[in-house]
Amino acid sequence: MSIDPSLLMNAVAAGILLGGFYAAVALGLSITFGQLDVVNIAHPAFIVAGSYLVFALNGGFGLDPVLAGIILMPVFFVVGVLVYRVYYAAFERTGRESLAGLAFFFGLMFIIEVLFILAYGVDYRLVETDYIGKQIEIGLLGIPWRMLVPFCAAVVMTGGVYLFLSKTFLGRAILAVSQDRLALQLMGADPIKIKQIAFGLGIATAALAGALLIMIGPVEPTIGRLYIGRIFAIVVLGGMGSIPGTLIAAIILGLAESLVATYIGPSWAPTVAFGILLLTLAFRPSGLLGRQA
Amino acid sequence: MKISPFWIITVLILIGGYLFAEWAENQFLFFAGYVVLQSLIMAVAWNILGGFTGYVNFGSAGFFAVGAYTAIALHQFLEAPLIVLIIIAGVVCGLIGLGTGYLTLRLRGVYFAIATLAMAIVFESLITNWEYVGGSTGAYVITPTEVAFFDSYIEMLFVLMLFLALVSVAVSRYLSISRIGQGLAAIRDDETAAECMGVPTLRLKLISTTVMGAMMGVCGAPFPFFVTYINPLSAFDLLIAVNSIAMPMIGGTAVWFGPVIGALLLGTIQQIITVTVSSELNILIVGVVLVLFVALAPRGIVGLVQDVMKKRRGK
Amino acid sequence: MTSLFRIQRRLLLALGLAAALLVTPLTQAQAQSGDPIKIGFSMALTGPLGAGGKSALIAMQIWEKDTNAKGGLLGRPVQLVYYDDSTAPAKVPGIYTKLLNVDKVDLVVSSYGTDVIAPAMPIIMRSGKVFISLFGLDVNSKFKYNRYFGIMPAGPDPAVDWSRGFFDLAKEKGLKTVALAGADAEFAQNAVKGARKNAQNDGLDIVYDKSFPPSTADFTPILRAIQSTNPDIIYFGSYPPNSVGIIKAANELGLKAKLVGGGMVGLQFASIMKNLGPGLNGIVNYDFWVPEPTLKFEGVEEFLGKYQAAAAGQGVDPLGHYLPPYAYAYLQVLGQAVETTKSLDDAKLAEYIHATTFNTVVGPVKFGANGEWAQSRALMVQFRGVQPNDLDQFSKSGTRVVLKPDSVKSGTIAFPYKQ
Repeated sequence: MSIDPSLLMNAVAAGILLGGFYAAVALGLSITFGQLDVVNIAHPAFIVAGSYLVFALNGGFGLDPVLAGIILMPVFFVVGVLVYRVYYAAFERTGRESLAGLAFFFGLMFIIEVLFILAYGVDYRLVETDYIGKQIEIGLLGIPWRMLVPFCAAVVMTGGVYLFLSKTFLGRAILAVSQDRLALQLMGADPIKIKQIAFGLGIATAALAGALLIMIGPVEPTIGRLYIGRIFAIVVLGGMGSIPGTLIAAIILGLAESLVATYIGPSWAPTVAFGILLLTLAFRPSGLLGRQA
Repeated sequence: MKISPFWIITVLILIGGYLFAEWAENQFLFFAGYVVLQSLIMAVAWNILGGFTGYVNFGSAGFFAVGAYTAIALHQFLEAPLIVLIIIAGVVCGLIGLGTGYLTLRLRGVYFAIATLAMAIVFESLITNWEYVGGSTGAYVITPTEVAFFDSYIEMLFVLMLFLALVSVAVSRYLSISRIGQGLAAIRDDETAAECMGVPTLRLKLISTTVMGAMMGVCGAPFPFFVTYINPLSAFDLLIAVNSIAMPMIGGTAVWFGPVIGALLLGTIQQIITVTVSSELNILIVGVVLVLFVALAPRGIVGLVQDVMKKRRGK
Repeated sequence: MTSLFRIQRRLLLALGLAAALLVTPLTQAQAQSGDPIKIGFSMALTGPLGAGGKSALIAMQIWEKDTNAKGGLLGRPVQLVYYDDSTAPAKVPGIYTKLLNVDKVDLVVSSYGTDVIAPAMPIIMRSGKVFISLFGLDVNSKFKYNRYFGIMPAGPDPAVDWSRGFFDLAKEKGLKTVALAGADAEFAQNAVKGARKNAQNDGLDIVYDKSFPPSTADFTPILRAIQSTNPDIIYFGSYPPNSVGIIKAANELGLKAKLVGGGMVGLQFASIMKNLGPGLNGIVNYDFWVPEPTLKFEGVEEFLGKYQAAAAGQGVDPLGHYLPPYAYAYLQVLGQAVETTKSLDDAKLAEYIHATTFNTVVGPVKFGANGEWAQSRALMVQFRGVQPNDLDQFSKSGTRVVLKPDSVKSGTIAFPYKQ
């Protein structure tokens, strides 16, 4: 099979765009799971919750989905803070977070799913915008807006979180809390408050990620389950909590899926993606840009 | 030689189960019972690794499905009797479990959990692309209408499952109360310290991952014969993984009978809910029970009972 | 006063709920006169097929109401007894045993979808019950049960007959090359298998034949890979999220194929059609019922009126063209069989159903020897002149023109797919 340059270029472009979307979906988990060690398996459920609320705002007020997602972020932040409080009171304080926490978030996932089933039924929901359905042509490249807008939103959000974590006092405190709680206490900061904010931030990203999810395809209450494996893979591959690592890992996964779909056969995409994860874990357990364990 | 009451009870339960199968009119109980026993074996198996050593297996559904599909493949290939299928499925999944055990050399905590999840997904896409066992369209198994010694096939499956469940519990109990169990608990508490004290950590972990894998494979093997139609989606169902974590959590992970209690309780509740409260509430109740239990009863039912007894004694 | 009333009402509600928890299965219509005839089934009310299952249930409850309003069957009221199988095959055998052994239902029908129909078969076969299924693809080819009937109008060789019309169109237009792409799951793969057979029989050149995971998020790379093989025809077997992704990517890329569509599930659902809007134009896809003049069977519009009223606010398909009429029809078949044979005897019922052509809301239904429709009536419809963001247009004729089969044809193909 001869290599068609246009096909290859477009496959690479599609992979990068898809990767950007994956980054947005995984970003929150990278904070909650990667940095705070909270096994928040309900993260995709929060994303779907974001999709539904964006759907409501889009349908009710004709808001652009991305804008709606941004508006919802403060709400999700508060929800995140509350969830963390419950989690802290019930698990972290007693020092049995990992396993019991996992079960807790499984339960939370079911509850969120059911709430949306009760509120919206199980029918598929989609959003409408003017730009969905068009694409930009640059030479041989064709880039659909439907993927480009999520990609840009994802990159901006990832960049924003990265800057926040590395440049502000609060952000550095969050990074510190995941590494050295004692040092933080000596600095006079309350680690619980810091973690609360970090968790809220993680959940807040789910609002925008939900907006992107419903732009790319139709959403039903349990669709989040499809993303559990993928986003945990990205967070681990990216090195547990490294924000640039998450973006890189997401793009690698997107590229792998796109190239495999183009040249080998789409049905092998999951095998390749998770094969990469297993190999990385076997040879470089701390991920691509891992903090040292 | 003194026979421990555990064995007497075990044999009695098995005989009781057989007699029950012979006498009971209501076939529904066998179907519901089969599902409960299936989740019981999965919970017990999960707990051998997750509860005893603290390594969380996220990919239970993977082992279960590989067991089921080993049975399908062999059934297609040589029409072997069910018991042979179960044994081979156990061996295959035991070997996969052994492989998983070597992962623990490098991966701890969440990394290990994610690796098992990734394994399950890789297995799923391999089986989806494997035409011989039906691929993504699934495979049918036609079960015989008549079986020796039993009134119907489902009665046979039920008694078989009861037997497998009792064996699993016995194995789990042995691992827990023997010297091996002490070693496993040492790993759970502090793996590095255990290693320093001369506990053969790798060998113990390999034993427990292998036993876990084999048990889950054994549990999955009869499944195609129970549902008669199987496809990768139903074999790799997320709920299988969730249940096998949730049930030990609810029962209590530290002791061998914790998952048994959890599985009997949650499994029975799920069966009752299915035929009473329909639709959404089913999932909701599972979610709420899970959240409440892990939040309010940290060491499961076993822990709860222990606390209550301690308080009474204190008074 | 009001608050007291409220408390009382809440208490009553709680008590009612508790009672429901403890004893009764979900049942409708209590006895009118005499013991009700109980029709038992499991239904996929949650899980992947929940959306369809719920709309089917609404249709079945309309049948229950209609029948009881007409005096029931054999002078006895009818009563539906059902449980949610949450689209989980492992729950199905238990549910049917419960229905037969504990609830002692008189008649049974199936849940929705192959996954949850097949696991019921061994139990049904042992009980010797007549079993009419709702949209299972080729379930009986393995079981060969002569009291099995499938209401889906796929035809005697379901997987192949399903896409026959699509390939007839290709043949009429003299197309030569075909690309096949199907989601990696039960229905889609069977649809593609059938399409492959049809393509081979017609001597078409298969230039692309691959499957994709149902969880695929972006279809652009797949469609580009297909485009690079330059097929005249593209046949997709896909589930709702995939179908949406495919249509969106297809419009962005501007597919050059001349005939596109085939076995795409989801393009029959109102919410999805409304969202995709003009992007659908030109697609030729299977369907089971559309509001074309050739398909206005007796009672169907009255039924849809009732359905649409009942479905409002339930979060299910608001139009209900696709599945609900068939969910109503499979009970009509059973009901007519009971009324005419004046019996609940399964042997008599099966014999009657085999021998009769039924007049239902989905038109005349005649079953063949294997329990599937004697003749396929899987429609191939083409989307035409669809406007953006307008749900009502799909209730009128003209937006989905029936091209095949010829017996119910309502227009001619717009060709090629996109000018």
